[in-house]
Amino acid sequence: MIHVQEIHKSFGNAQVLKGVSFDVPQGKILALVGRSGCGKSVILKHIAGLLKPDNGHVFINGNDLCNLSGRKLLRLIERFGFLFQNGALFDSMTIFDNVAFPLREKTRLNEREIREKVLSDLDQVGLIGSEEKFPSQVSGGMIKRASLARALIEEPDIMLFDEPTTGLDPITGQSILALIDSCHKRFGFTGIIVTHEIPRVFSIVDKVALLHEGVVLFYGSPSEIMESNDPIIRPFIHAATNGQIKECTEPG
Amino acid sequence: MTWLLPLPHLMITLMSMMNFVRKLGETSLKSVHKLGHMGIFMGKSLCCALTPPLKIALLIKQIQFIGFQSISVIFLTGAFTGMVLGYQGYNTLSRFGSDAFLGPMVALSLIKEMGPVISALMVTGRAGSSVTAQIGIMRISEQIDALRLMGLDPYRYLIVPNILACIICVPLLTAIFDVVGIFGGYLVGVKLLGMVSGTYFGEMMDYVDMKDITEGLWKSLNFGVIISWVCCFKGFYTGVYTGFGAEGVSKATTEAVVLSSVLILVWDYFLTSTMF
Repeated sequence: MIHVQEIHKSFGNAQVLKGVSFDVPQGKILALVGRSGCGKSVILKHIAGLLKPDNGHVFINGNDLCNLSGRKLLRLIERFGFLFQNGALFDSMTIFDNVAFPLREKTRLNEREIREKVLSDLDQVGLIGSEEKFPSQVSGGMIKRASLARALIEEPDIMLFDEPTTGLDPITGQSILALIDSCHKRFGFTGIIVTHEIPRVFSIVDKVALLHEGVVLFYGSPSEIMESNDPIIRPFIHAATNGQIKECTEPG
Repeated sequence: MTWLLPLPHLMITLMSMMNFVRKLGETSLKSVHKLGHMGIFMGKSLCCALTPPLKIALLIKQIQFIGFQSISVIFLTGAFTGMVLGYQGYNTLSRFGSDAFLGPMVALSLIKEMGPVISALMVTGRAGSSVTAQIGIMRISEQIDALRLMGLDPYRYLIVPNILACIICVPLLTAIFDVVGIFGGYLVGVKLLGMVSGTYFGEMMDYVDMKDITEGLWKSLNFGVIISWVCCFKGFYTGVYTGFGAEGVSKATTEAVVLSSVLILVWDYFLTSTMF
């Protein structure tokens, strides 16, 4: 379970997070939505231990991530999988080596077993035939899928997705969401998806948190946010759904 | 009341002075903070280097990159430095009728001073800049974060192999530089200017002690630490001190090369003064 408690974070004079709190129950997926630049990825990096909050806490299964450092922190976050916005594949390695890297470094599997597991995972994400290519030789969608395969190869307990469909065409974006859903059903991880993919993402998540001006304005189920009449939430959801703001800013 | 008139000017002067003091304080604090950060970085790197597991494959790869691939440039610079020393030394020494001492002069200049310094500067330019750029790009493209989120220590994978490779390679490259430089001096002194070969090497053996050689190698070991420390630090903290993007990497690389080169020359002075 992930419990985020009153996180405050400033960069210079800009206060990005002003007391963000929410929970993600065990085995559930939360969609973190909000306008661009509102601090969604910053929250994700706090949960991953890549940033320390000025104030507040992040509890992972009862362990306060903010009080850990060094090996204890590494030991906790090695159970995480993180899908970066740009994939963050090692550009000096092939797709195969990227996906095999965690297994080679952290397990005692022999090369034959690693090959079997990596090819099986690449098959799941539809990348068979591209395993010997370098990240610079494949498309953005393939990089995201390879990154997903690398993140899931160790069957993590917690998966964090930073805008998994941004920059992809609608069909590839839909296939990535379907892939996340099928992996969630297979591994049962607890997950957070930072996304603008509204309302498509609502079909695969259990909870939604809407971030607005540094705080969580809404926390609830996808159906609740779709039915909300809040003057800030409604225009946001409708604009994201219909691609326009004008009609939904009008009362009623 | 006339004495009140310059009051606004006085206030402006006072405020400018206060601003100056504030900026000076800010800059000093930032510099101290950065220096502390560099110290902690080196401490962490040494801790990782001294505790298992050591990534042998990565270390060999970096030795190949920093050491083996630098041999040609070290060979060239060593040869020409020795040849220039041969000409200049012969020209100067012959004025005093001491041209027989060309061998020791070339050898001592190379072994104690020029070998370690020029080799270190060459490694900084060829390999140090590349290490900074590589680590810097990994930083801005979140590859270092990805490594960390796999539960793997980036210091162990990116920093330690570079530091150890530099410590191993720079003294060896310096030794190659010295030997090639001595033969460069021989080429000019003996083959072109007509000195007797026995005199060139004979005098050298009389005047060059083992202590001179160890001093030179000790210097190059120090320079190896400086190059790897500065270049890895600048790459690892691209974005923190230099800004993000391609410009950040470019700035980090430039700063790494300039700072390493300056530190090599400054540290060379301190080492020479303590060994003198």
